[in-house]
Formats: sequence, structure tokens, C-alpha cells
Amino acid sequence: MFPAKFAYAAPSSLEEAVGLLDTEDSKILAGGHSLLPLMKLRLAQPRLLVDIGRIPGLSYTRRENGVLAIGAMTTYRDIGLSAEAASAAPVLVDAVQEVGDPQVRAKGTLAGALAHADPAGDLPAVALALGGSIRAVGSGGERDLDLDSFFVDMLTTALGEKEIIREVRLNAQPAGSGAAYQKFDQPASHYALTGVCAVVSVQNGAISSARIGVTGVGPKAYRPTAVEQALAGKRVEEEAVKAAVQTVADGIDVQGDIHASPDYRAHLARVLTRRAVLEAAGRAGKS
Amino acid sequence: MAQTQTEPGMHTVAVTVNGTRYSREVEPRQLLVYFIREQLGLTGTHVGCDTSQCGACTILMNGVAVKSCTILAVQADGADIKTIEGYAEPGGKLHPIQQAFWEEHGLQCGFCTPGMVVTIDQLLRDNPNPSEAEVRRGLDGNLCRCTGYQNIVRSALSAGRKLRGEEPFEKPDTAMSEAAPATAGAH
Repeated sequence: MFPAKFAYAAPSSLEEAVGLLDTEDSKILAGGHSLLPLMKLRLAQPRLLVDIGRIPGLSYTRRENGVLAIGAMTTYRDIGLSAEAASAAPVLVDAVQEVGDPQVRAKGTLAGALAHADPAGDLPAVALALGGSIRAVGSGGERDLDLDSFFVDMLTTALGEKEIIREVRLNAQPAGSGAAYQKFDQPASHYALTGVCAVVSVQNGAISSARIGVTGVGPKAYRPTAVEQALAGKRVEEEAVKAAVQTVADGIDVQGDIHASPDYRAHLARVLTRRAVLEAAGRAGKS
Repeated sequence: MAQTQTEPGMHTVAVTVNGTRYSREVEPRQLLVYFIREQLGLTGTHVGCDTSQCGACTILMNGVAVKSCTILAVQADGADIKTIEGYAEPGGKLHPIQQAFWEEHGLQCGFCTPGMVVTIDQLLRDNPNPSEAEVRRGLDGNLCRCTGYQNIVRSALSAGRKLRGEEPFEKPDTAMSEAAPATAGAH
């Protein structure tokens, strides 16, 4: 399978790349492991690919106070091998091992996954649970987009058409918190039928705060804020947590396909949220 | 080399494959696996699914195992590539991973084998002493349609022992060897 014909440009800076996006129907190529499959199926037929893979200095993980800064070309494999990521956000290191397979993880990028906003992608859930921002560069310069409002709809983000992610800025896991990613995957593709990431702080045996990201359920990854609020103050006990997470799919346009009906996905969301919260709470206070 | 053409056209791709330099003209949509197979004539790298599922097209690009069906040839410009043809020594002596496949019957039809060998190379460099579960997980991105996974996993574990020096390059084969009189008449 070949993609439709396109022109290819490999700029040497992000600013040059932004300028090239003026061309009609242009797409940014990073790891290419979401985009090229779509192009082979002709679901995407850009006229110009702007390859940011030759721009120097875009592959890094850096800890800046409470933030883990991850460059646009940093792959899942890079994150899995990063000491900075392991200390700032061990749940991210766990979750990247759940993406695709080793070869895919060697090319696919975190920034690309977030920009692609696949409704069944793993990393949007983790990014939402950690919180943070997306640093994007456009013709007017740089701006930071809050992750909480970054995912807009299926395959749609708050990025402008002529904006490129320079850096993903994730909040480090708060001191004393615990975090976990729980996923039920489609066994052939390893995409998440449902995936839930929870970051939980515990005081005196009760949950003091929880942030949760859910993927695979609706058209976009989301934070079930009502569940986060319901968990606050609850004892770290199975029945209490189970009761608090029951509304995790309420108000969501739960998707159905040949792999899972909407009812089943909503059920998975409740089960996996309970498991992720309990696992995260069990890890709290241990680092 | 930065290239900033915005009209469709041909691009020059220069790569080193198994130590040999090559330079060819490609369309931007040429996939790396077809560049290697059809433009360089190195057909050991296989195309199984063409959708980054099966891993038969796995190569090392700048030392890391990747699926060459999901990479454009233009993305590989300047890269150092190793394909299955780069594993055995020029005289024909097998790489320890290949030797392990030979001894453990790690291939049936052999179609998936090039990708398996390259992926196991990556796996054993990342984790020289993997458990069986770690081998199975490391081969998540490689399919064998003969379903010969048991012996592929055995081959990977044997290759690990060979590379760690815990097993000789050629495993003594007492059951089949003609020079094994001690077992003669045992039945």
C-alpha cells in the first residue's frame, strides 16, 4: 500500500516548518506511526508533508521544578529509558510500555499522539490525569495550551491549523501521591477499548485528591470531574471507591464498534477507574 | 540534509546499509521497506502486512529496531541501517541469534524470521538476560503465521545464553550426533 502522492519538506527549524504549513492540505510528520497508516488507507491525503524529524534539539526529557518537559520528537522508547521521566512521572513510563509494540514505540512520539488525539490512544488519559500544558509554536510565536481544554473532539485538538507542538509539559506526580494506568486493550492493535489513569493523594487512609483521565470511552479523552470530587474524602476501600466512580461515563457520548458496545465500554470505565484509583492509592506515600 | 521542496518531486536518499553506502532517487511516498527491497535489491527484509502489525519488515535504523513499512525512505536519508543480510559473517558463519534459530527449530516457513531475528537483537541488547515472559512481550510486534512461537521463544532464550557465554555457539546435539557412542544402544 502506498500513500497518494505528496510533496515532502524537511525544514531545519520549527519556525521554518510553521511557514511551510501555509501550503494547503499540509500535515506535520513526526514519528509517522499514526499518520502514515492513515495515508496508506487514503484516509489522509495531504499535499505536503512537513517532516520535523530533522530539526535539531527536539528530542529530550527535562525536569523543570514540578514539570516534566518532553520535546516534540521524543519517542515512547526515549520516555521509557528516561531517568527524568521515571522520577517525575513513573506512571507515564508505565503507560508508554502499553502503546503498540517495541518497534512502534521506537518511532511514535508523545507529542504526535497528543496532537493526533486518537479516541483510543493511551497517552491522552495519562496527560489529563497528570495535567500540564502543551507549548505550541505558530506564526505569532509560542503559546501554552492547558491540557484540560486541549482535546476538543475526535481527532481534534485546540491546536491551530498552523501550530506545531514544541514541547509537552506534564506536571510531575505530586510528592506522596500514587498513580496508575489501567487498560483493557484490543488484543491485535493494543489500542485501548478503555484506559484509565489515576493520580491519587492519600491522607490518614482517605483520598485527599484524585485526578483521573479516561480514554477509549468517548470521542475524546476526558476527565470525569464529578468522580474526582466524589472520591475526595473517601476511605481507600473497595466499596467506597466503587460507589464513587459509578458516574465515570455519565454524560459521555460512549462509543460503540465491532469490538465493544457502548454499555460494555461504560462498564469497563467503571471497573478500570475503580482499579486504577485503588492501585494508585496503594502506591501513595511510598515514594 | 534539509530539503524544503514544496512541490512533488524526486529526492535523493543516501544511506549506509550493512556497511555499504547507497544513494538513490525516490518519490516522497516510497516506503523504506520497498526502497530496501526493490531499489537496493536486499530482499531479506519482508513485507507481511504493510500495516505495522506483523514485524516482518523490522530493521535496525541507527541501531534501533523499527518497522520499515511505516517509515518513508526520505526519512531515512543519512541513516545507518542494518538488515537481516548484515547478521551472518561474510564467510557464512551465522550470528548467534541465527544459530539459535537453527538449533531450536525457530523457523517453519521462515517468512517472519528476518524480523524476529532483528527484534530479538534489539531485545537482547536492551535486556541481555530476559525471562520467558519478557521475551514474549518483546515479540509483541512480530507475528508468526505458522504459529511457531514456542520455538521462537526458545530460540531467543538460547540466543541470550549464547551471547552471555553460558552456552557454546554450537550446542552439542547428543541425540542426533553420529559421534555420540555413549547413547548408542540406549533404546
